[in-house]
Amino acid sequence: MAPTLAAQTVQPVPGGLRHSLGFLWHRLRQSPLTLAGLAVIVLVLAVMALAPALAPHDPNLVDLEHRLLPPSASYWFGTDEVGRDLFSRILYGSRQSVSVALFVVPVAGVLGSILGSFSGSVGGLADTVIMRATDIVMSVPSLVLTMALAAALGPSLFNAMLAITVVRIPFYVRLARGQALLIRELNYTKAARAFGASRWHVVRWHVLRNALPPIIVQATLDVGGTILMAAALGFIGLGAQQPTAEWGAMVATGRNYILDQWWYSAFPGCAILITAMGCNLFGDGLRDLLDPRQKGR
Amino acid sequence: MSSVLSIEDLRLEFPIYQGAVQALNGVTLRVEPREIVGVVGESGSGKSVTAMAVMRLLVPGSYRVTGSATLLGQDVLAATEPAMLALRGSQVAMIFQEPMTALNPTRRVGQQMVEVLRRHRPLTRSGAQAEAVALLRDMHVADPERIQHSYPFELSGGMRQRVMLALAFSCQPRLLIADEPTTALDVTVQRQVLLLMRDKAREKGAAVLLITHDMAVVSQFCDRVYVMYAGAVVEDGPTAEVLAAPRHPYTRGLLDALPDRVASRGDLAAIPGSVPDLTRLPEGCAFAGRCPLVHGACASRPPSLPVGPGGQRHAACWAVRDGEAS
Repeated sequence: MAPTLAAQTVQPVPGGLRHSLGFLWHRLRQSPLTLAGLAVIVLVLAVMALAPALAPHDPNLVDLEHRLLPPSASYWFGTDEVGRDLFSRILYGSRQSVSVALFVVPVAGVLGSILGSFSGSVGGLADTVIMRATDIVMSVPSLVLTMALAAALGPSLFNAMLAITVVRIPFYVRLARGQALLIRELNYTKAARAFGASRWHVVRWHVLRNALPPIIVQATLDVGGTILMAAALGFIGLGAQQPTAEWGAMVATGRNYILDQWWYSAFPGCAILITAMGCNLFGDGLRDLLDPRQKGR
Repeated sequence: MSSVLSIEDLRLEFPIYQGAVQALNGVTLRVEPREIVGVVGESGSGKSVTAMAVMRLLVPGSYRVTGSATLLGQDVLAATEPAMLALRGSQVAMIFQEPMTALNPTRRVGQQMVEVLRRHRPLTRSGAQAEAVALLRDMHVADPERIQHSYPFELSGGMRQRVMLALAFSCQPRLLIADEPTTALDVTVQRQVLLLMRDKAREKGAAVLLITHDMAVVSQFCDRVYVMYAGAVVEDGPTAEVLAAPRHPYTRGLLDALPDRVASRGDLAAIPGSVPDLTRLPEGCAFAGRCPLVHGACASRPPSLPVGPGGQRHAACWAVRDGEAS
C-alpha cells in the first residue's frame, strides 16, 4: 500500500470564531423568545452602564415639595416619599441588583464547576467530603439559608452577594460532578490517561471543557434567580442600605403606600420581573441551542 | 531480555450489592519483546478488563485484585501513581476501540497531539507541532497540516485511528496495547490500520498486545494467541498451531463457528448455551455447561492453565489433560 501523499494544500477548515458566531446568530434568529430575552439583557446592561446619562434627575436628591407624585411628564414613574425621582432610582438601581448577579453567578459557577469536576473525576474520600458538604447546604431551604447567612454577616449589599454565592455553589458542584462522572467513562478521557495525562490535566482539558454547555445554561438561568434573590434580601432589609437605590428595597418601602401610590412598588417590581424574565427566556433558548435533543420539551 | 508484560494468575472482582462480579479468574499471560500477541474471546470474557488492569486505568477502589502483573519490570499492582504516569504513554501506549470517541471532540487534533508529545518529550510548542506533522506523515496520512487543524468529527474513523497510532508510537513505546482497534472500522480500512500497526511495531521494536474477537485478525497478525473465556485464559500457544488444532473445546467451538468453515449453504455452527453469570460462576469449569466433552471432574474443580515456558501450548481443560495422560 503506497502512501498517498497528495499535493500539500493547506485549506482553511471551516471553523474559527467568526464562523461560530455567525452560526449562533443564525440559530438565534429562529427563536423569537430567545431573541427577546437577549434584547432585555442588552437593554439592562446598557441602562447599567449609561444610568448617569439617561437619568433625568439625581436619584438621591430629596425634594419634599414633590413627594409621592403620580407619573407625569417630568417624573415618568412618579416620586417617592421624600420626593426622589423613581425613574432615575430604577435606572441606578439596576447597578445594584444586576451587579449582584454578575458577581454571584460567575463566582459560584467557576468555583462550583471546578469543585464538582474534581469531585467527580477523583472520587473516593474527596468526593464524599465535597458531596456531603453540598448536601448539608442544599438540605436547608435556600432562601432561609441565604437570609441567615446575610443576617449573620451583617446587612450590606456585599454580604448579601457572599451569602447568595455560598448557597448557589452546591448546584454547580452537583451539575459538574454529574457531567464529570459521565465524561470520565468516555473513551477520550480513558485514552488521555492511557497516554499519561495527569488527573488535573484530564479535569482541566477534558472534563471541564466538555461539561461546559449544561453549566452555561444553568448559569444563564441562575442570573434571573439571583436577581430575584437579591431583591428579596433587599426587600427584608438585608441587601443594599438606604439611601442607595435598589429594586427590592424600593418595593419594600413602596409597600407602605401601595393602596394610594401604586406606582411606588409597581415600577421597581416590573423592573425585577422584566429583567428576571429576560434572563430566563435567554437561558431557556440557550439550552435548546446547546442541546438540540432537548428541543421542544 | 525479560518479558515486556507478565501476568500471573490475575484475579479481579468488582464488588457489587450482595456479591461481586468476578471479572478475571486466573489470567496468566506473557508478552515477550517485539512479539505480537493476540487475546481473543467474546464480550465479557475479560479481555479489556485485563488491559485496563495492566494500565491501572480502572476506577480506584472499585475493584479487588490478587495475583501479579509485571509491566517492564514494574509491579503494576503495587506501583505508585507517579510511577504509572511515567509508564503510560511513553513506555506503554494503549489505543482503544471506537476511534470515533477516543479524541476529545471539542479540541483540534493538533492541540491534542502536541500535548501528548510535550508531556513525554522535551519539545517546544512549534517543535512539537512539526513532530506531530512528521508522525502523521509517517502513518501515511495525506495532508497532515490540514488534519492538525481539524476537529476529530471532521476525520474518518480510519484517519482517527491513524492519529491514535501516531500518538501511540510517538515516544518509542516497548509495548502497545490495542483494545479492539478496528471494531468500528470497515474491513478494508481495518486491514490498512492493522498492517500499519504491525509494520510500525516491527520498525520501532515494540511488542503488541492485540485484543480482538476476530479470529481472522488473529490468524493474520499474531505470533501467539490467548483464548479467554469467562475471565480466564483457556488456551494459549503459537497462532498457527492453535488455529490448526485447537485443544480446548471452547476454541474448537469458536473456530467451527467461522463462516468459512461450513459449506456455502450449510448452517453456521454455534456453541449452545450462553456465557455464565460472572456473579455466580460455577464451582468447576466455567465452560462445563456448554461443553461437548463434559465429564465428572468438570463440575467439581476448575481446570487451571498449566504453567510453563512461553511458546508452548496449554489448555485449561480436564478432558484434554485426561486425553494426554492416557
